[in-house]
Amino acid sequence: MDNLDNLAETWVYLSASPLFHLTLTLVAFQGASWLFEKGGRNPLLNPVLGAVIVVVALLLATGTDYATYFEGAQFVHFLLGPATVSLAVPLYRQWALVRRSALAITVSLLCGSLTAILTAVGVASLAGGGSEVLASIAPKSVTAPVAMAIAEELGGVPSLTAVLVIVTGILGAMLGPLVLTLVGVTGWSARGLAIGTASHGIGTARALQVNETAGAFAGLAMGLNALATALLLPILWGLLF
Amino acid sequence: MLGYLTLIFVCQLAGELVVGTLAMPVPGPVVGMVLLFLYLALRRTVPEGLGQAAGGLQRAMSLLFVPAGAGMMLHFHLLAEAALPLGLGLLVSTIATIAVTGLLMSWLGRGARDDG
Repeated sequence: MDNLDNLAETWVYLSASPLFHLTLTLVAFQGASWLFEKGGRNPLLNPVLGAVIVVVALLLATGTDYATYFEGAQFVHFLLGPATVSLAVPLYRQWALVRRSALAITVSLLCGSLTAILTAVGVASLAGGGSEVLASIAPKSVTAPVAMAIAEELGGVPSLTAVLVIVTGILGAMLGPLVLTLVGVTGWSARGLAIGTASHGIGTARALQVNETAGAFAGLAMGLNALATALLLPILWGLLF
Repeated sequence: MLGYLTLIFVCQLAGELVVGTLAMPVPGPVVGMVLLFLYLALRRTVPEGLGQAAGGLQRAMSLLFVPAGAGMMLHFHLLAEAALPLGLGLLVSTIATIAVTGLLMSWLGRGARDDG
């Protein structure tokens, strides 16, 4: 009985510790990845989405707040920075191809960046979104830190933008390959550039799993679109509103 | 490999420093990516250890978005309030952006073959 009490006590202690929430994140992702593989890599079984659902469900069920969870999960979250830096490696390996298509990349990226902004704001506005909603959704295709700063500048809600950025990333990773196949885009550089422009790091992570050229172009597009949106969107906003 | 992992962190730190100092509108890690790229351009090759370190980080990259994604739980009410404009806006815009960018790159970049 003593041992059981000890186990219960230790568990109560551990379940609030960073180790538990870090492990929860890893286990949830492993489970979601297993399901993704078992399901023949069906995009609807996107492992990021699956893991997020499991983690959120568990936190809500146990009444754990996000700040407590993040104390453990921050160790995983932190590696996003170094992972982004490391994208220089596939980019360097594909540099000859990038240089040959520099003009195509520039034009496609700028048009894609404008499409991302205008369609998001246009559709949300037609569907009845208020000015705060529009300002929050406008930068949704760029990586979270940049998108949040832009949203703040436009009068949106930065923390809502962070959520919209993540959802956009998951949507792009889920639907991107299907959309590109439907419109007949087969080249890896075009597929990667499209997914990186629309859905930043989450799209890039998915592209890297499929093909190195696609991953390199996605990482490049993610960086360039952050820059393009940060420069273009405030100007565009001044013209629109 | 540890040495190259250190190099990656140094590039990020330097990137954050540049962004902060010059008040640039891009995140520090993106500037760090440019710095690591310059290092590779000078070396003219990808050292094996750096390739391994980068490959390891990139294989795990999807996992790294899970903590931020779980942050969704803080905003259920905001998401529910504007579910229709947000949901439709994200869906239509993501699909349109992917189609437009992919088609343009496919047409304009036809000279540079990458399918082979």
